[in-house]
Amino acid sequence: MAALSTKPHSHGAVVPVTSRAEHFTSYDVNAFEVPGGREEIWRFTPLKRLAGLHSGAAATGTAAVEVSAASGVTVETVGRDDSRLGTAGVPGDRVAAQAYSSFENATIVTLPGDVKSEPTTVTVTGAGVDAVAYGHIQVKASQFAEGTVILDFRGSGAYADNVEFLVADGAHLTVITIHDWADDAVHVSQHHVKLGRDATIKHTVVTLGGNVVRVTPVVQYAGRGGDAELFGLYFADAGQHQEHRPFIDHAQAKCRSNVVYKGALQGEGAHAVWIGDVLIRVAAEGTETFELNRNLILTDGARADSVPNLEIETGEIEGAGHASATGRFDDEQLFYLQARGIPEDQARRLVVRGFFQELIAKIAVPEVRERLEAAIEAELEAVGT
Amino acid sequence: MATLEIKDLHVSVVSEDAPKEILKGVDLTIKAGETHAIMGPNGSGKSTLSYAIAGHPKYTITSGTVTLDGEDVLEMSVDERARAGLFLAMQYPVEVPGVSMSNFLRTAATAVRGEAPNLRHWVKEVKGAMADLDIDPAFAERSVNEGFSGGEKKRHEILQLGLLQPKIAILDETDSGLDVDALRVVSEGVNRYKASGEVGVMLITHYTRILKYIQPDFVHVFANGRIVESGGRELADVLESEGYVKYTGKTEAAAIS
Repeated sequence: MAALSTKPHSHGAVVPVTSRAEHFTSYDVNAFEVPGGREEIWRFTPLKRLAGLHSGAAATGTAAVEVSAASGVTVETVGRDDSRLGTAGVPGDRVAAQAYSSFENATIVTLPGDVKSEPTTVTVTGAGVDAVAYGHIQVKASQFAEGTVILDFRGSGAYADNVEFLVADGAHLTVITIHDWADDAVHVSQHHVKLGRDATIKHTVVTLGGNVVRVTPVVQYAGRGGDAELFGLYFADAGQHQEHRPFIDHAQAKCRSNVVYKGALQGEGAHAVWIGDVLIRVAAEGTETFELNRNLILTDGARADSVPNLEIETGEIEGAGHASATGRFDDEQLFYLQARGIPEDQARRLVVRGFFQELIAKIAVPEVRERLEAAIEAELEAVGT
Repeated sequence: MATLEIKDLHVSVVSEDAPKEILKGVDLTIKAGETHAIMGPNGSGKSTLSYAIAGHPKYTITSGTVTLDGEDVLEMSVDERARAGLFLAMQYPVEVPGVSMSNFLRTAATAVRGEAPNLRHWVKEVKGAMADLDIDPAFAERSVNEGFSGGEKKRHEILQLGLLQPKIAILDETDSGLDVDALRVVSEGVNRYKASGEVGVMLITHYTRILKYIQPDFVHVFANGRIVESGGRELADVLESEGYVKYTGKTEAAAIS
């Protein structure tokens, strides 16, 4: 794909003005100022469209949480006072803190240790048009557990939440989060991943529907040998704002991370934002990390902002790199396919499908893969209409 | 009997400031069963001719006509030209990440043939065609041209030629960058395709070496955007010994000395 700009680096060339290490976190919403829109972490987000999630909107409804649990997986609905909650991480912005301060019940899904579990699906349905709701989900993979959890967000309304992923020592957790909201929906979400020793997570975020979707996945390592793979796949249509802000906090030695987010954009006002932060602290010797974001702009009027930030506080690392490329549709690819007789619309679909193929191929759940392929197909049907 | 007729073709390319005329009146007729070698120095416009016929958007036809069996090629979209029976084997085949070669070939064959080929026959056909060109079957599951060597890309261009069965094939410097074995394999592929039916070939090349494998019926010397001399096979021999100096005023070898 011809990229308008490609900036691969083998070292940290983009150093943010303020270190990610100094970012403020708190469980208390009142510890945060109401953002005005100029703050670094809010400057890309259309605050006016957040339905007051950032400025103290009270809950007017409840999002329905349904869990289809695999055999052996336990599901609990607990109150806010459950001491297990909040252990994977601390809210990093006002909306996350608002959600943490506001939810009434939390859902805890626990994968049993030392066995392989079938996929579990958690479906969250918004509280409805013009309603505001807050939620909290915790997914725990016990020691040496192996399994997949699918989070499926649908429906209408404004919704803010924290989702915790506690991956115990030696556990392997696969997470697929699908934001398939209705057109009016607003969702601001922080994911907190805490990886134990030799624990791995394969964390995929899919964002298709919704008016505004802003997801901040934060990964922390509690021991050596942790491995985080963060994948993202998004398709922004006219008027949609989709923002993904992965942050990998390397504070332990010998851990790995790999971040790959790819998005396609089409239509007037389609806006994708990707802020990829990686911090390698002094203690994180032997770290290996790479982050990549690619955007494919299919039509005029769409806009992608892509900012990789890499901070390295130790020289003793295996490798660290990042790349970001935003390109228009590649006319040479189109010409090549057409020159073999393939009609233009079909050729476009082949190229876009190909663009996402690398990520779709990594999704091990066939139903989810098929659903995504169908969703991309449906998005492409809309091109040019 | 397919006939490609190019008459007084003028083509410009839009560069940074003003359009630049590259083809300055090309006349050429290629009939089924004939092989025409177009030989010329670098920058003479040979590749532009091939891309203009295929319909690359970078090039603008300012005057002249191109017809295939009387049909106006210039009025057709790129894919319509291919479906009408034109094929361009490109000098620099394009990589298409995430699209497997097998999916691409089947999609192209379906488009050109007007119906999806019978799956069982198709798999056999592709396997056989790949074996003929010494292509490892594993390539079928790789992304189109991605990470292929120059020689692998050219073999796959000829693979497509054989599977899509065009009436007129334009081979744009298919020989460039090939080692001796690859040149032989690729040339045999072209000859098999020629033998398979009444097809016309436009063989664009800088060097004469491919003409040892693929016999041309006509040789045209291309210089400064037009055909400046035409003849038979013997013209290639003259170019081999004398180069293009006579046409360009510069010394540029047509053979690798």
